[in-house]
Amino acid sequence: MRRILAVLLENEPGALSRIIGLFAQRNYNISSLTVAPTEDNTLSRLTMTTEGDDQKIEQITKQLNKLIEVVKVVDLTDTDHVEREIMLIKVRAEGVAREEVKRTADVFRGQIIDVTANAYTVQVTGPKAKLDAFIRAIGKTTVLEVVRSGATGLSRGDKILTV
Amino acid sequence: MTEMLSGGEMLIRALQDEGVDVVFGYPGGAALHIYDAMFRQQKVEHMLVRHEQAATHMADGYARATGRAGVVLVTSGPGATNAITGIATAYMDSIPMVVISGQVQSSLIGTDAFQETDMVGVSRPVVKHSFIVRRAEEIPEIVKKAFYIANTGRPGPVVIDVPKDTVDPADAFPYSYPETVRMRSYTPSQRGHSGQIRKAVTALLVAKRPVIYAGGGVIQGEASEQLTQIARRLNFPVTNTLMGLGAFPAPDRQFLGMLGMHGTYEANMAMHNADCIFALGARFDDRVTNNPEKFSPDATIVHLDVDPASISKIIAADVPIVSPVGPALDMMIETLDKELEKAPEVLDAAAHSQWWTRIDEWRAEGGLDHHMALDSVRRIRPQQVIQSLYAVTGGEAFVTSDVGQHQMFAAQYYHFNKPRRWINSGGLGTMGFGLPSAMGVQVAHRDAVVACVTGEGSFMMNMQEMSTCKQYGLPIKVINLNNSALGMVKQWQDMQYGGRHSSSTYADSLPDFVALAESFGHVGIRISEPSDLPDAMQEVFSAANRNRLVFLDVVVDPNEHVYPMAIKGGAMNDMILSRTDDAKRIGEEEGAR
Ligand SMILES: Cc1ncc(C[n+]2csc(CCOP(=O)(O)OP(=O)(O)O)c2C)c(N)n1
Ligand SMILES: [Mg+2]
Repeated sequence: MRRILAVLLENEPGALSRIIGLFAQRNYNISSLTVAPTEDNTLSRLTMTTEGDDQKIEQITKQLNKLIEVVKVVDLTDTDHVEREIMLIKVRAEGVAREEVKRTADVFRGQIIDVTANAYTVQVTGPKAKLDAFIRAIGKTTVLEVVRSGATGLSRGDKILTV
Repeated sequence: MTEMLSGGEMLIRALQDEGVDVVFGYPGGAALHIYDAMFRQQKVEHMLVRHEQAATHMADGYARATGRAGVVLVTSGPGATNAITGIATAYMDSIPMVVISGQVQSSLIGTDAFQETDMVGVSRPVVKHSFIVRRAEEIPEIVKKAFYIANTGRPGPVVIDVPKDTVDPADAFPYSYPETVRMRSYTPSQRGHSGQIRKAVTALLVAKRPVIYAGGGVIQGEASEQLTQIARRLNFPVTNTLMGLGAFPAPDRQFLGMLGMHGTYEANMAMHNADCIFALGARFDDRVTNNPEKFSPDATIVHLDVDPASISKIIAADVPIVSPVGPALDMMIETLDKELEKAPEVLDAAAHSQWWTRIDEWRAEGGLDHHMALDSVRRIRPQQVIQSLYAVTGGEAFVTSDVGQHQMFAAQYYHFNKPRRWINSGGLGTMGFGLPSAMGVQVAHRDAVVACVTGEGSFMMNMQEMSTCKQYGLPIKVINLNNSALGMVKQWQDMQYGGRHSSSTYADSLPDFVALAESFGHVGIRISEPSDLPDAMQEVFSAANRNRLVFLDVVVDPNEHVYPMAIKGGAMNDMILSRTDDAKRIGEEEGAR
């Protein structure tokens, strides 16, 4: 099962490498990972998605918590949460396809952020499934290049993750 | 007025302020500023080893014998990488240690400079935490944090990597050592949850076939007394892991011996047939559980450990308690006493007495023979050497071991009745650990009797340290169970590879150990006749040899196997008890084919 974890981490050199090292060492997989400092400069916030059953996720959470620089770990999967990913996708846009790409982008509330005679670069945001659906809709043959940020997320409502 | 100190001086002063009395190490270019600061003071003694691995094992032995973090100082590059095996050994057994490694100067980091190794990177998977000093001013706080992290929670090794420019004697900084540390991201558990404690006590009270399974956490957590108390209150049987030996007094009637792969018949049978297992300071290692799928089918598991990640990692716990073992046991004993006062009849005495009858039957049927008679026809059996060692030292020695058959014989036949007396590499199984760890123990307890039970294979992995023993007058008693083979490897080959001894023997190329010991300035004795064993053992521990390192080379029966042995993939009650038992098993397997 796919899981999404949020981690607060001391913003110190080497801290991220411990997280990556832990996953490699214990044979856990990382499907996606995003990290950046938060409004508090001393903290980084990391969102990662991984695969595993309840027991595995419990171990991953506990092992993450054992890392000295990890301040907090929450499994967002089963709580009410918002998840967003950003994708920039460069697609072939020639002739009739040009109009088609534009229409599909509109349907997905994507924005065309760069234009050449032969290509559009579209920015799409949303949960992973929506971005996957966009790629399917646009048709594999027109896709030239894709970059995705990996999921980020937080709990809905008043619940917050702080130190 | 605040003192002005260089980075190197601050480092050594911080060690003093931390109460460190001895550092084990080996110098080199990147560590020379630190070594010079070390030279210019007297409070912290430095002991020079002959190989950095030995420095880490010495620090480890010191820590296991005292409970205080052992300290290591090495240089960058090869010095640092040589220390890795010892760091990993300490990590696997949760031993507090602080390793200071020199590093090339900051401006050279990342340039493949001479003797540059990314020590923080190389050691990352085998440390509890690590630091690299970026500015000299950070040194006091980093040292404080390093010891705090190493010693608290589930203990472990911490590395401090020190670039040479941060300890430059030309610079000076105001020095003060922090009195406390606070880290928002590190808050080890102090005491268990009272609701869980109550649940645990209830589970113990209703148990009809209980077993207490206690590991190294009881020793690390200084909770042997509480363990003994609670076991006695309840009259429950106790088994110890390889790491937990000594946590409960071995000569006690309630003690079933060690459990696991080479555990006793009665301990493993009791575990398998239990209806309640109280695991404390133990982690259901694969060498204990055998096949987890078949583990103790009927047992309610109460699991107490300081490390939440150890709980329900291998075997799901019914009642988990995250706490240092001692405080949780105190709370449990208090609750238990109240319950028993209210209603002593909750304990099912009849069921317990039946349970003890079964256990005694197992003991009689498959227990170890602790009184093997020496006979002149057979060669010396390795077990007899341990029995002799036990008799001569009155069970009072610190015993370290290496890894192999000799280690298992020592664990099975020396009856440890106090914590911190049995010192071995359980988790990593590091050959070469025995001699240097014994040296660390001897440094911590100068007047104690320290024996190192080793095998000739393991001994040769760190035998250069006999020179260090000479330099510092460390009168270790080395008991070498010489079977002219990598015995444990050979045993597996006998049992699982049709007796094909692939690279496990070297009989014709072994050194003359007596001459070897003598060449280092020590005493060497060699025996091969059973009748010589008692006197030779006496001589090793005689007053005349009180201050000498004695190497006793005992030529033992090379064909001996360690039994019982767990049957691979089986449950805990699947054991081979003897060579005849094994021959029968092999016969059946071949018949079936
Ligand atoms: C550093 C290291 N290398 C390899 C092993 C694998 N190993 C385990 S026991 C053993 C044989 C040990 O031989 P010896 O020290 O003579 O002890 P014996 O089993 O003969 O008593 C070996 C090679 C190990 N545990 N550690
Ligand atoms: Mg051997």
